[in-house]
Amino acid sequence: MSALLLAQDAAATVTTGEAIAFWILGPLALAGGLGMIFARNAVHSALFLVLTMLSLGVIYLVQQAPFLGFVQIIVYTGAIMMLFLFVLMLVGRDSSDSVVEVLRGQRLWAGVLGVGLAVLIVGAVARSLTDVRPVGLSGDEANGGRGNVANIGDKIFTDYLFPFELTSALLITAAIGAMVLGYVDRHQRGKKTQKETVEARFRGEHDRPSPLPGPGVFATSNSVATPALLPDGSVAPESLSRLIEATAAEKLDSEREAVAGALPGPDARALAPGKEDLP
Amino acid sequence: MTPSYYLLLSALLFTIGAVGVLVRRNAIVVFMCVELMLNAVNLTLVTFARINGTLSGQVMAFFVMVVAAAEVVVGLAIIMSIFRTRRTASVDDANLLKY
Amino acid sequence: MTGISVPGTNLAMEVQQASGAAGAAWLLLVLPALGAAVLLIGGRRTDKWGHLLGSGTVIAAFVYGLFLFLGTTSLAEDQRVRDLHLFDWMPVNALDVEFGLRIDPLSLTFVLLITGVGALIHIYSIGYMADDRDRRRFFAYLNLFVSAMLLLVLGNGFVTLYFGWEGVGLASFLLIGWYQGKDFAATAAKKAFLMNRVGDVGLALAIFLMFKTMGSTQYDVVFAQIGNQSTATVVAIGLLLLLGACGKSGQFPLQAWLPDAMAGPTPVSALIHAATMVTAGVYLIARCAPIYSLPQAADARLAVMVIGAVTLLIGCVIGCAYDDFKKVLAYSTVSQIGYMILAVGLGPAGYAFGILHLLTHGFFKAGLFLGAGSVMHGMNDEGDIRRMGGLARKMPVTFITWTLGYLALIGFPFLSGYFSKDAIIAAAFSEPGNRGWVFGGIALLGAGLTAFYMTRLLILVFLGKPRWKDLKSEDGRDYHPHEAPATMTIPMIVLAVGSVFAGLVLSGMLPEWLTPSIGPLVEAHGPLSHGMIAVLTVAISALGAGLAFLLFGRGEQPVTRPRRVSFPVRAARADLYGNHLNEALFARPGTWLTRALVYIDNRGVDGLVNGIAASLGGSSGRLRRMQTGFVRSYALSMLGGSILVIAALLMVRFG
Repeated sequence: MSALLLAQDAAATVTTGEAIAFWILGPLALAGGLGMIFARNAVHSALFLVLTMLSLGVIYLVQQAPFLGFVQIIVYTGAIMMLFLFVLMLVGRDSSDSVVEVLRGQRLWAGVLGVGLAVLIVGAVARSLTDVRPVGLSGDEANGGRGNVANIGDKIFTDYLFPFELTSALLITAAIGAMVLGYVDRHQRGKKTQKETVEARFRGEHDRPSPLPGPGVFATSNSVATPALLPDGSVAPESLSRLIEATAAEKLDSEREAVAGALPGPDARALAPGKEDLP
Repeated sequence: MTPSYYLLLSALLFTIGAVGVLVRRNAIVVFMCVELMLNAVNLTLVTFARINGTLSGQVMAFFVMVVAAAEVVVGLAIIMSIFRTRRTASVDDANLLKY
Repeated sequence: MTGISVPGTNLAMEVQQASGAAGAAWLLLVLPALGAAVLLIGGRRTDKWGHLLGSGTVIAAFVYGLFLFLGTTSLAEDQRVRDLHLFDWMPVNALDVEFGLRIDPLSLTFVLLITGVGALIHIYSIGYMADDRDRRRFFAYLNLFVSAMLLLVLGNGFVTLYFGWEGVGLASFLLIGWYQGKDFAATAAKKAFLMNRVGDVGLALAIFLMFKTMGSTQYDVVFAQIGNQSTATVVAIGLLLLLGACGKSGQFPLQAWLPDAMAGPTPVSALIHAATMVTAGVYLIARCAPIYSLPQAADARLAVMVIGAVTLLIGCVIGCAYDDFKKVLAYSTVSQIGYMILAVGLGPAGYAFGILHLLTHGFFKAGLFLGAGSVMHGMNDEGDIRRMGGLARKMPVTFITWTLGYLALIGFPFLSGYFSKDAIIAAAFSEPGNRGWVFGGIALLGAGLTAFYMTRLLILVFLGKPRWKDLKSEDGRDYHPHEAPATMTIPMIVLAVGSVFAGLVLSGMLPEWLTPSIGPLVEAHGPLSHGMIAVLTVAISALGAGLAFLLFGRGEQPVTRPRRVSFPVRAARADLYGNHLNEALFARPGTWLTRALVYIDNRGVDGLVNGIAASLGGSSGRLRRMQTGFVRSYALSMLGGSILVIAALLMVRFG
């Protein structure tokens, strides 16, 4: 009887080593968290989060949860955080937040509510756990007997078998979902390859086998509104885009005619050049 | 010192995560803050497992990790596809659904 | 039925069950009603003989009524009041309304008047309405009118009376608005109907009150128990019945519809004024003699007298100012009905005289109206007496019959009006104290005024220069006055004979004959002897007539009515501001009330509803702004909500 009480007391108290570990790891975790939210650069945030997660992993180890501790370090810190960094690199590591907060009062209220939440939870925990005596994980059901990992395996494949199987379905679904979201079909809008287009042109599926002529290039202009000239000097009508305003095309009519030689040349007896001679 | 201290630490981490979600605009950082909150909850579960002397808390923390992993995968995929179409990862820019 | 003695009177209300010939009294109602039904349902197919059927039913009813009357006179006096139970009309728990007829001297008198004068008017209408393509429908309405009026006077309970009362209102509406294409006729019909409703409400309330206090609406029960009721109840019932009578009989303050009712064809005016509608009020009060004779009902009776006196003066005064033939006669009716109301208000001393005057008035007023119709018929429907004159030669029969009616009306010695009106004046003088002087004086003054305006009418229409010769009627035709056809003149002659001799014949017999219904005539003696009053009346009437001769008999009369006239004439032309009074007292406040209610509805009720909607809309518009689309602000509010929930949980837990 007294031995049991003693054992409970032992479990209730924390060894000096654990206390030292907590007082080192706890502030580290907090510092990581704060660093994460204050770092301007997203990569720095991710690295601060890695620090927090590593601290937490060690804390799990200290808290007699070696399996979770290693999973935390390997899966979380190793895999998930690396995934984060990977996406960050994809998105662009220089996409740091601007300093200006667009939502009025957002930071102030976030701070106020955060402090309020912390005070509430801390107060509640402090108040409700004053009389609680921790049992500790030395029993056979826990870390005694075959040890932590074996007991957890036991639990997962007996008591928690069905949830565990559900998580497998969840993971599969997540993987497929990620694939669906990430997949980009390059042929989805019926885009033909260059080869297919050429073959289609010669099969007569297009108006003409060759592409439309490009715009002309004059000394004064090289815009798309500039008509291309055929070898005989006349304007190639196909070179004028229909999308360009008709007025622009009409404006060029006289120019085009002048180029085509349709207009009469300057009169020899004229004292001043004709209007149409002006560019 | 008692194991309750871990709970206090967990509360503080959770709060930091929550505030982070509110103040950061980069969707990926917001996600990381959510991860921090999940980790804080995991710490709570582990601590309660210790206080109660049973492994159920640890198993629960394990499930949380699995769900977090799945969530991260899907969430990051969504962020990627949004980024592909809008060339931005800011949560403020995706504000079309409003008055 | 048990013998009932009513306090205050010695009415032996021995109600017998009708049998034998009287058992078929329902024929009286059914005959005209059947005529109306056949003519209305038959439609155009009955056009050819419709007027004959319409007249025939009323004549048949008259013949049957006469038969019934003779049969009743042969009965002992205490057996003359008979009830004929037809069927249970509304057997509802405590309320058991019986559909039955009361055959007694009073109702029989009215039956004879209604069917007799009604039959004459029907015959007259055959000629008068000959040009109207809807003559058949006209006769249907006339039949309906007569039928409703018969139901009114024959019913043996107040609900039956009310049924007939409303039927009369309906028929008068249809007939006054006969020229429905003309605005003034439609308006007059509506006005008559609506003003009648005011009175009907009074009658309905009186019936409700009777049922409330006495549990029945049958005459026998009500009259038996009325003596046990409190003074307030009796006075209230008396005043409400008076309101009903005022509405139907065109008494002050509800007299305004009666002159407007001239918009209908002349036979309708005659029917309304002489035989049917306006007499209903007098009948109601006479029928309710057991109520009004109670000592408790003295105040109600005084109200009746005041109404009657006021109305008779109003009618006389306005009658002096009008230039429309029929309107002068209409106001004459108003004042004569005032006499009757005054008479029945006098109580046992006056009931019989009121009925007597009603009968004689029925004769001469019908004659006067038919004469007026004959004149207008011959004058292209012209009604303005200033455009007439000198018609005596053109229309000798009309002139003679009309003059006989005129003499009867102004109370020329030994014609019918002399007996009835003088009796009323004498009875009025015999009221105790100052009342006698006041009411008697008013009645006397009324007699003078009556002589004045009737003489004016006679002179302007029949005597003097033929002013119509140089004029054209509104539709551009010349006037060719001519005598009316025989269907029109014969009724006029019959009525003229009636107006000469009715008073002489009836004045002696009627009080005694009516005793079983309204109690014995109480001979009242005032400060002046009857002979003196008769002399005085004739003298004053002669004075009025002479004054009229002086004013209108000599010299030219203007064809258009003079514009610049003294205030009394202006007031009289404006109906003594009766319409203005009604307008100011009831219509305006009603309009204001309605406007106020509309305002309250718009601003208050709608404003409240709209205000709620608008405030909700406005606040929603502002709240909408909270949906910024920013995920982080949503998250902030979620965190706030979570904190609230946690705080609430902790408060419950640690509280």
